[in-house]
Amino acid sequence: MPQQLDEVLAQIPFFDGMAEDEIALIAGCGRNVHFDEGATIFRQGDAADDFYVIRHGTVAVGNFVPPRGELVIETLEAGDLLGWSWLFPPYRTHFDARALSPVRATQFDGKCLRDKCAADPALGFDLMSRFAQVLIERLQWTRLRLFDLYGNGHSV
Amino acid sequence: MATATPSELHPVGAFVPLPFRVAERRQDTGDTWTLTLEPEESGFAVEPGQFAMVHVFGVGEVPISVSGPPERPGDPIVLTVRAVGAVSGAICASELGALLGLRGPCGNSWPIAEATAGDVVVVAGGIGLAPLRPVVLHTLAQRDSYGAVSVLYGARTPADLLYTDQLEEWRSTIAVDVTVDAAEPPWKGKVGVVPKLVATAEFRPEAVTAFVCGPEVMMHFTVQALRERGVPDERIMLSLERDMRCGIGLCGHCQLGPTLVCRDGPVYSQADVGALLGVREL
Ligand SMILES: Cc1cc2nc3c(=O)[nH]c(=O)nc-3n(C[C@H](O)[C@H](O)[C@H](O)COP(=O)(O)OP(=O)(O)OC[C@H]3O[C@@H](n4cnc5c(N)ncnc54)[C@H](O)[C@@H]3O)c2cc1C
Repeated sequence: MPQQLDEVLAQIPFFDGMAEDEIALIAGCGRNVHFDEGATIFRQGDAADDFYVIRHGTVAVGNFVPPRGELVIETLEAGDLLGWSWLFPPYRTHFDARALSPVRATQFDGKCLRDKCAADPALGFDLMSRFAQVLIERLQWTRLRLFDLYGNGHSV
Repeated sequence: MATATPSELHPVGAFVPLPFRVAERRQDTGDTWTLTLEPEESGFAVEPGQFAMVHVFGVGEVPISVSGPPERPGDPIVLTVRAVGAVSGAICASELGALLGLRGPCGNSWPIAEATAGDVVVVAGGIGLAPLRPVVLHTLAQRDSYGAVSVLYGARTPADLLYTDQLEEWRSTIAVDVTVDAAEPPWKGKVGVVPKLVATAEFRPEAVTAFVCGPEVMMHFTVQALRERGVPDERIMLSLERDMRCGIGLCGHCQLGPTLVCRDGPVYSQADVGALLGVREL
């Protein structure tokens, strides 16, 4: 028997410890999606109405940078969250996202979630705290790369 | 009370560079070469994780980990060296047939025997894969003695990845997850820092031993990621590549608090050195 979406979400680390009724509310804004290898999930400048929790596969986040081509900033894996431009105006994506392998994900309707968060500040705070944690983690990984750890002048 | 004589304490190989000839030479990346060295007379056996003091005549001497350890004293020794300065540059520039002096074996080794029956996760950054290669080769040779084995490897760019042909070979037997800090087309692999790979690596936190080598900042973040998965500090093993001179615990150049890295290390558990690594003056 296929799992209900709220059961699927309860197994994803992003939702760890979230109250069942909150998960059920969020699941109401989500649906499972699939992308073939190479498929574009979104493009820079698109309306950012959604975000995704990747459940399987690898997604490349990047931009087309002439004349070098498509540059990947980072890749995201199962358990990772994709897309945060839906959180703040002007609700436009900043980067491209492309499936590097077949990808299974849960897609959430950001507009629907924004409305639910506005109506239920406790849910809004919980969700924003979780997003903030993801953003901080991404920022830390990015900062680590700024060290250019393996660059010249370092033996290891 | 019987006490050890100086020559028992420090066998001749540790004091006197033994002559080795460059028998094979392969360029791995823009600045890194792998050399196979054959002993002219007697060589020495090396445990995974140990290093040799490599002497380039007329230039100087530096510590280099053995990336392909000889099992018996007469066997060739394999070194993977990144040219970052005078001595490492001269080692990399050594032509076939050139003579190098090696003192060793120096330091302690990775506790791979203690990891038997459990899972193994190898986390390497940059040239840090060189001292870990013997661990990987050991788990491949003794595959049935270990549970899940994964290699998590990060480099600056795809062009900086070491042992690319071997990574492919290893993939058929163990999990190999590779990431780079920055990439241009046509790279289709992962982009991001290597500690991030720890979250999704397949291992049982309660039964895994982690072997980690890379720049210290990378090791710091890797330790955090392993702890988040519940791996205890006693089973997080780190190799510290601190600046050193004598290689045999006499000069004190590589002192790290109460320990001398060349003699007591380079391999330590996070439980043993974690508190020392964050101290700026050490
Ligand atoms: C136990 C141990 C094992 C090592 N194994 C390897 C190995 O397998 N392959 C390899 O290529 N290198 C290894 N190294 C590092 C190697 O010893 C240094 O790159 C070398 O000593 C540099 O000497 P040099 O004369 O070429 O350059 P130098 O002119 O002395 O230094 C050039 C640059 O390298 C930096 N540097 C020097 N030594 C170190 C060090 N120990 N750690 C970090 N940065 C350093 C300096 O700050 C400088 O920026 C190891 C070091 C240790 C302590």
